[in-house]
Amino acid sequence: MAMELWKGNEAIAEAAVRAGCRFFFGYPITPQNEIPEYMSMRLPQVGGCFLQSESELAAINMVYGAAGAGARVMTSSSSPGISLKQEGITYMVGAQLPAVIINVSRGGPGLGSIQPAQSDYFQSTRGGGNGDYRTVVLAPNTIQEAVDHTQMAFDIADKYRNPVFVLADGMIGQMMEPIEWKEYKPAYTAEKEWATTGHKGKRPHNIVNSLFIDAAGCHQHNLELDKKYKAMEENEKRWQEVGTEDAEVLFVAYGTPSRIALSAAEILKAEGIKAGLFRPITLWPYPMMELREAIMRPSVKAVVCIEMSMGQMVEDVRYAALDKKPVSFCGKAGGVIPTQYEIAAAARAALGR
Amino acid sequence: MAIVYQKSKGLTDKEMHYCPGCTHGIVHKLVAEVLEELNLLDDAIGVCPVGCSVFAYDYFSCDMQEASHGRAPAVATGIKRVHPNSPVFTYQGDGDLAAIGMAEIIHAANRGEKITTIFINNAIYGMTGGQMAPTTLIGQKATTAPLGRDKDLCGGPVHMCEMMSAIDGAVYVERVSVNNIPNLNKAKKAIKKAFELQMQNAGFAFIEVVSTCPTNWGKTPVESMKWLEENMLPVFPLGVYKDVEEVASK
Repeated sequence: MAMELWKGNEAIAEAAVRAGCRFFFGYPITPQNEIPEYMSMRLPQVGGCFLQSESELAAINMVYGAAGAGARVMTSSSSPGISLKQEGITYMVGAQLPAVIINVSRGGPGLGSIQPAQSDYFQSTRGGGNGDYRTVVLAPNTIQEAVDHTQMAFDIADKYRNPVFVLADGMIGQMMEPIEWKEYKPAYTAEKEWATTGHKGKRPHNIVNSLFIDAAGCHQHNLELDKKYKAMEENEKRWQEVGTEDAEVLFVAYGTPSRIALSAAEILKAEGIKAGLFRPITLWPYPMMELREAIMRPSVKAVVCIEMSMGQMVEDVRYAALDKKPVSFCGKAGGVIPTQYEIAAAARAALGR
Repeated sequence: MAIVYQKSKGLTDKEMHYCPGCTHGIVHKLVAEVLEELNLLDDAIGVCPVGCSVFAYDYFSCDMQEASHGRAPAVATGIKRVHPNSPVFTYQGDGDLAAIGMAEIIHAANRGEKITTIFINNAIYGMTGGQMAPTTLIGQKATTAPLGRDKDLCGGPVHMCEMMSAIDGAVYVERVSVNNIPNLNKAKKAIKKAFELQMQNAGFAFIEVVSTCPTNWGKTPVESMKWLEENMLPVFPLGVYKDVEEVASK
């Protein structure tokens, strides 16, 4: 099939439509505006509904209602907007509702900047809202992957009845790249028997709810949710390794910096230094044991974690390294992107050269 | 023997948790009877709030969703867009709708969402134990207004029907009460009209029910009704605040 040139945000929106998403509720925020703009044009063409809400809070609660009513539904936002959506996200996990949430992340904290950043790692992987909960977080590093992840996210959401994040940094949202539209086949097609569709006098009433007022009942509910998180950890972990077999320095990065790290590896290769890349594709569940295995290979002398933040994933990388290998951090925050030269310099420093 | 009265099929057999003298039970009954009489129970989807009526999902026999605090109109919007032909309603208290959920209710009305909102105004936060509500009267004591509501400090009571009637998308706005039989009958008629208008796709309909909270008012049920009549009804006058049909026929 022919390759087509697409902008990340628009490709994500089109991917959702091709995956059967017919409802979108969102609120404008840079750098993700092309997603709601595209949806406002595209969804009416396929009999769907786009609605611009009065706030991110309203948007995520519209998503809650539509998901509870049995629809394939998506919302998108960027960092400060995702903060506002945390209320609805924890309620959706509690009520076991599937939905896809796109975070085209930007610099923080607060209003921060509008340039690409990865400072929402903690918020995405630890659950930004209240309560014990987990969401699968997919982190694409190409537009093609953003398309594939968006479509996969709907299936994962339906399979576990849980919201799924696609954490695409602002670079993925704003960049254009050639992509191939593959035929989408749903990986999970079970009927949503739990949805509030009107009982038609044929079944007891369905209730979509996250309230379990009795403590023992709420504990039991958490045990049931925990079973799902364990199944997600078992089934949904994804990662990529490039040149890790005999690497002296191991880069760990996701999203945009993972591509820059490969350019740094080329620079180092010319100097006779072997650098490899371990790229978590799911930030939760995190490929912790797989990363540990890569770090513990005898060839690896140093680990460099690269992020567009002040250092968030690096905590997981240090945990994977168990203090057995030195872990250093190379990062820029607020929308500044580390260059291949800075990453190569960080690698040399880590190796003591 | 002929059956002259029975519980509506719109209610489940679940025992209600409401305090003695609270009017939530009466309003639930009216909504359930209307849904049954209009033959809407098979398709209806209700959204309940955070507050005393948080467990309404256990009491109404139709499909139900429980929303986060104040967001019921947004949740109902999501449901209605997915099932545009199904009756969708929110049932919300004064803290939920007129404080934390003010943005959601105003914008749902402004979009003319084809939903029905039942708004219970008892001038107090019930579930959390008697704190000041947006509808608490001037001088009325609450656990967070121990000397009574001070207008200089926190403004006066919010008048929702007066506000809603100024919004284009709202087609029917009425304030009712269930303090006596004639008013109870009027309340049921208003709720019925609101659902009928929804099923005609006319737009957003809003029914405010001036209600009691004997527990947090520190009064008996009988004293509460008297207090409602003497203190609340002068501040929250009953009546139709907007009826687009009537406007059109004039």
